[in-house]
Amino acid sequence: MAADRTFQPETLAIHAGQIPDAATGARALPIYQTTSFVFDSADHAANLFNLATFGNVYSRLSNPTVAALEERVAALEGGRAGLASASGMASEAMALMTLLQQGDHIVAAGALYGGSVSMLAVNLKKLGIETSFVDAGSADAFAAAMRPNTRAVFAESLGNPSLKLLDIAAVADVAHAHGVPLIVDNTVPSPFLCNPIRFGADIVVHSATKYLAGHGTTLGGVIVESGKFPWDNGKFPGMTEPSDGYHGVKFYETFGDFGFTMRARMETLRVYGAALSPMSAWQILQGVESLHVRMERHCENALAVARFLQTDRRVGWVNYPGLPDHPQHALLAKQMRSTGGVPGGSGLLAFGVKGGLAAGVRFIEAAQFMSHLANIGDTRTLIIHPASTTHRQLDDAQQLAAGVLPDMVRMSVGIEHIDDILWDVDQALAAASA
Amino acid sequence: MTDSIADLRRILRDCKTIAIVGLSPDWHRPSHFAAKYMQGRGYRVIPVNPRCTEILGERCYPDLLSIPQPVDMVDVFRRTEDVPPIARQAIEINARCLWQQLGVTNLAADRLAREAGLDSVMDRCVKIEHARLFGGLHWAGVNTRVISARRMA
Repeated sequence: MAADRTFQPETLAIHAGQIPDAATGARALPIYQTTSFVFDSADHAANLFNLATFGNVYSRLSNPTVAALEERVAALEGGRAGLASASGMASEAMALMTLLQQGDHIVAAGALYGGSVSMLAVNLKKLGIETSFVDAGSADAFAAAMRPNTRAVFAESLGNPSLKLLDIAAVADVAHAHGVPLIVDNTVPSPFLCNPIRFGADIVVHSATKYLAGHGTTLGGVIVESGKFPWDNGKFPGMTEPSDGYHGVKFYETFGDFGFTMRARMETLRVYGAALSPMSAWQILQGVESLHVRMERHCENALAVARFLQTDRRVGWVNYPGLPDHPQHALLAKQMRSTGGVPGGSGLLAFGVKGGLAAGVRFIEAAQFMSHLANIGDTRTLIIHPASTTHRQLDDAQQLAAGVLPDMVRMSVGIEHIDDILWDVDQALAAASA
Repeated sequence: MTDSIADLRRILRDCKTIAIVGLSPDWHRPSHFAAKYMQGRGYRVIPVNPRCTEILGERCYPDLLSIPQPVDMVDVFRRTEDVPPIARQAIEINARCLWQQLGVTNLAADRLAREAGLDSVMDRCVKIEHARLFGGLHWAGVNTRVISARRMA
């Protein structure tokens, strides 16, 4: 018999994790809106609780509709297993809290999404887990910050809003040389543009709220495990020793290359409870089915907007790694899928309106259909002026450290007609520069 | 080595009696998990372990040659270097499949089995593969790689 076919991401986005329903033959994914699942017998119940068989008990642990999302994102990432949760932040927190305990240390990229910075610098610190923040662009900086008690390296594949690319292979080498996993937040590229596991990442986290769901409607998050990290290297007794959190199961020995996912599910999700609702999983999957088509258009439109801004006299600077003269363009070409013959840079870009903070604010206020809000990865074009909104509580020096310049506008370019997007940008620039 | 979804499905459909070499009586050992799971899915499990007389309600035999009934699959929970004599016994008792568990990868045993006309699977867990192809593992979020427009059989 021939070997199994390796399916392309466009096919996985539609099919992975969902075959016709065993009970009804329903072709589309049914929404299993139920809290609980009956046991066939006392023995069946015992086997489920002992993890001696796979099945559903309670939707805080697993649910067939949610499972379809978990497997689909795992397949798109080229990973071994996935675990969904109620938001991207919940997934990030669960990945870290499964691995870490008091006294452990994290090395993290500095220019992370603000919520992630808060989690590491404030919330985890409160639990006795310290984080060193380093320049995301320097593998040497990661290496210099490693300590004997470092247990994870955390970074974004494409930083938001810094738009700084992580050299995944170089930073994975640093992490692995110290026997710790590299955890990559791959939200901005989405699994269609970038698969960090291919370059050595061990765990990938997503805010599915963004490009995966894609329509600005639904919150969700996913963790994906590569299945390749050697958890028995002595640094992760929680993976190899009998679990206090789940009656003595040795997760790595029992579940092997999906042991981390099982531990995150049974020890962390089960206890902290940030489960994804089946309805939300279904809505996110509606988005995932067109991920490839949307990402191609997001990239195409964003590149056109970046090119337009680059030649406009009212614009001071443009940051879009999809531009051929961007300093990290070669790394983008290495790590990102090409769409339309050029490496995909996602829909995110940043630029400066000449005239500083006041001009940036006027640009935002003059937009007609570009939406002023704090999300990314919507079908709609979204704009925000970080200096007057998300980062306004910081002084100038703090803003600069966070990569926020006074004139900076961040755009999440949507999939409206490019001529209309350029028209709205042009007329808003005219108002900002008047 | 046999590894395609279609072949693994055929093997797990056809092999109803499984001799598990190295089956542990401890409930938390992987071999015990796997055996209990396969029993629950309607397979007849025959324990092979010289240190036990009965495991999971089944009489335990010291080796494959002592088993008085036909065996379809020989599932090996032993160290890689210990597999060749087990493979030779599997051939002698006319088993249809030699299955080396996750982490067990004896290439000589694989070749022996294939040359004798047996299906040979290596570095796979019989429980995980059953759950992957016949339901269950999908619910744990695992990437089963099953792409199909047919219901799970």
